[in-house]
Amino acid sequence: MTTSFILGMLMSGLKLGSIYAIVAIGYSIVYGILRLINFAHGDIMTVGVYMILVLMNKAGVPLFASVILSMGFSVVVGLLIERLAYRPIRDASEEATLISSLAVSSLLQNILQMVFSAQREPFILPTFLTESHKYGIISLSLINIITFIVTAIFLVTLYFVLTKTKIGIAMRACSENMKASRLMGVSINKVVMFSFAIGSALAVIAGLLLAGEYKTVYPTLGFVPGLKAFCAAVIGGIGSLGGAVAGAFIIGVAEMLFAGLAPTSMTAYRDAFVFLLMVIVLLFRPNGIFGSTEGERS
Amino acid sequence: MKKTRLIDCNLFRLLCFVIIPLAVLVIFALKPKSYVTGIIITMGIYIVLCASQNLINGFSGMFSMGHAAFMAIGAYISAFFTLSTNVKQSMTPGLPQWLINTQIPFGFALIIGGLAAAIVAVIIGFPVCRTKGHYLSVVTLALVVVVKAVIDNQSDLTNGSRGIAGVPAKSNIVTVYICVVITLFVMYRLLRSAYGRGLIAMRDDPVAAQTLGINLVTKKISCFAISAFFAGVGGGLWGHYLTTISSSNFYFMKSFDIVEISIIGGMFSMSGAIVGSALFTILPEFLAPLEGGLRLGGIKLPTMFGLSNIIMAVILILLIIFRRQGLMGTNEVVLDTWFSKETYLSLFKPEEYRKLANVFRKKEKTD
Amino acid sequence: MLRVEDLIVRYGGITAVDGISFHVEQGECVALIGANGAGKSTTLQAISSLLKVASGKISFCGTDITKTPADAIVKMGLVQVPEGRQIFTKLSVIENLRMGAYTNSDQSLEKKNRDWVMELFPILKERARQSAGTLSGGEQQMLAIGRALMSSPKMLLLDEPSMGLSPIMTQSVFDVLKHLKDNGITTLLIEQNAYDALEISDRAYIMETGRITLEGKSADLIKDYRVKDAYLGGSI
Repeated sequence: MTTSFILGMLMSGLKLGSIYAIVAIGYSIVYGILRLINFAHGDIMTVGVYMILVLMNKAGVPLFASVILSMGFSVVVGLLIERLAYRPIRDASEEATLISSLAVSSLLQNILQMVFSAQREPFILPTFLTESHKYGIISLSLINIITFIVTAIFLVTLYFVLTKTKIGIAMRACSENMKASRLMGVSINKVVMFSFAIGSALAVIAGLLLAGEYKTVYPTLGFVPGLKAFCAAVIGGIGSLGGAVAGAFIIGVAEMLFAGLAPTSMTAYRDAFVFLLMVIVLLFRPNGIFGSTEGERS
Repeated sequence: MKKTRLIDCNLFRLLCFVIIPLAVLVIFALKPKSYVTGIIITMGIYIVLCASQNLINGFSGMFSMGHAAFMAIGAYISAFFTLSTNVKQSMTPGLPQWLINTQIPFGFALIIGGLAAAIVAVIIGFPVCRTKGHYLSVVTLALVVVVKAVIDNQSDLTNGSRGIAGVPAKSNIVTVYICVVITLFVMYRLLRSAYGRGLIAMRDDPVAAQTLGINLVTKKISCFAISAFFAGVGGGLWGHYLTTISSSNFYFMKSFDIVEISIIGGMFSMSGAIVGSALFTILPEFLAPLEGGLRLGGIKLPTMFGLSNIIMAVILILLIIFRRQGLMGTNEVVLDTWFSKETYLSLFKPEEYRKLANVFRKKEKTD
Repeated sequence: MLRVEDLIVRYGGITAVDGISFHVEQGECVALIGANGAGKSTTLQAISSLLKVASGKISFCGTDITKTPADAIVKMGLVQVPEGRQIFTKLSVIENLRMGAYTNSDQSLEKKNRDWVMELFPILKERARQSAGTLSGGEQQMLAIGRALMSSPKMLLLDEPSMGLSPIMTQSVFDVLKHLKDNGITTLLIEQNAYDALEISDRAYIMETGRITLEGKSADLIKDYRVKDAYLGGSI
């Protein structure tokens, strides 16, 4: 139980947490406005990564350009999903939206499986990104540092957008009271589309980091991390962006600490641990740790 | 005079929903090795699973995604009681010795499997019932994850993620369809009893239901347990059909499949379970040639595995948008036919024959 | 300016508005009075396109807006101050006002409007950075009206501005409405509080179970015995 071991765990936890944070923000934004858990969000991650793979391997496009192009593609996919599967049922019951998002998730996974086969494909990032360097007692790789920086930039930008720009304030207004927002002349469709666009673009980045971490890509890559990110958003208080981020880091660190400290016989319980954590938090704070303690939102 | 529809004639319903299916079942029960028999058995298992899903999703208003977990419990526990001692000795040595040496008849094993699932449902019933809507669904998903983790981890009890092979192949048309009829009968009576009405009241307006003296917590937990019981039975049937069980059979996708069937068939109707299951098992058969890469006029189409999954998902989305009550809506025509005396007595009533003749005669007249 | 013809609106399975017609001319303050459930709010919702119109026609400044979406109607200058104020409690006062100016892309106009609103309602200036949820009922009503004014509206629709307010606050609100009227802003005012509404408006319509049963100059209606009995507490 050396300090470097624990610090190493913490670092991994923060790294994982920042990936979850990027995804959790996407979930939270959409849920805040539409009260919709977009299960397909995790699968957009997978779509993005496959796109990067195809662009790099089949079209020889350099990494950075592939990422940008893939983000654009995923935004289009995300907007299509919103328009076709979610908008028609916007005023429907909670279950309808839940089922629809699950159906879209299944659809995406099956399409990917059909086009790319269920086999795991290797996904190797260039070594200059992935090799570890020692900084005192911590070892980090360039991609780790990039992850932190990217997450930080996103959070700051998002904060700025939400508090200083018109559409950002409109998003917050919509998530509190959609009817009143419409009376202000807000086009709900535009706000929703903007949210989906942000979420989808972010998902691609998270997918890239995830695939680079585990070095493989497969059709169900994004589903479970997506769910864990959802757990993070729930724990932090869904609808609250700060909460989603906090929840993400809590889960990332907790998951890593569990993996590192628990006896090896329990490693398979890693995923279960995250979900159990969420259930426990929900029992005591039904609206998440930083969520409001008010009654059910109407 | 009011025009009689064909579907309203008891004799027609008897023919359509009882006699013909029974004939099909009997024919294929005598041909256990036939490919079609496998499809029919699978369909029957899905009917049991879907019916229990309908109970909890459609009739109680609790949207559970945890069916795969209860199936897993039912499958493993029932297998523990039917597997041969040798298999258990080698694959699951951690089980208590008395269990390793025991084998009991299939029916009892299924019931025990179902009960085990129901007990788990009661245990986690409390947190489940404290949550609502989306959160409830995610909590049930969490259950699936936890169950899978337990199965994968306790290898001395379950042989881990390798799964258990050599489960006796006890699921055939007879056993499965006996379960189907029992399950549907229980559901049918349950929903028409005071309990069932209370359930529907709770779904439609929990506050009003409480003022009528319905205890929400006990109703929710008991409904969850009943649904879990039948899911466990379904899991047991499934395990004894596949003869190999492993945790990967019982993960998210399985839960989603059942939910999908439930909604497409119609989650407010038990007859919908039949329709949905039929579609789910038969559609891939029609699409199989396409999936393998069909030769169409000289051009070989690419292989499209998973096409039936995609089509089912698209149907699901379309139904959610345009017809949320699924294909059957609230129509219970099949079960009404099976479980009412009138249907069977109509064979002996001449006015039923006249009624049937009337339908055709009127059609001729208007031509 | 606003013309409603044979409007029918169905809501929650019943016909809430059963064929009403009325009009509001430029510069007027018109009141729509009636008891709870008469269909007044439903009418406003239909005008603002929050509810679907079953049949009938609504036109604003000569343009047919029956099928126009909600955000476009606001852009045309027809703004509603909704029932129960419906301010954004999680946003600050300033942010609420910014939301009011959502359709306005001109920054300098927005600043000008904001200054005007702050002048009209000094309490908002005081509490500018506070979260709107911390304001009292009357202050929230001021904010709601101020928010609506931010988009330089041609016409205001006010849904029960006095609801839930103390008599003193109600008086303040009606003073503001009078001030707005003097400034030439056209208003359609929905109220259960018949007396105050009749005092301040030029003309009024009485609505009962989805139909307009009486109309006329407010000065006349206030003395009308039928109105007195039903809404003003009996003849004095």
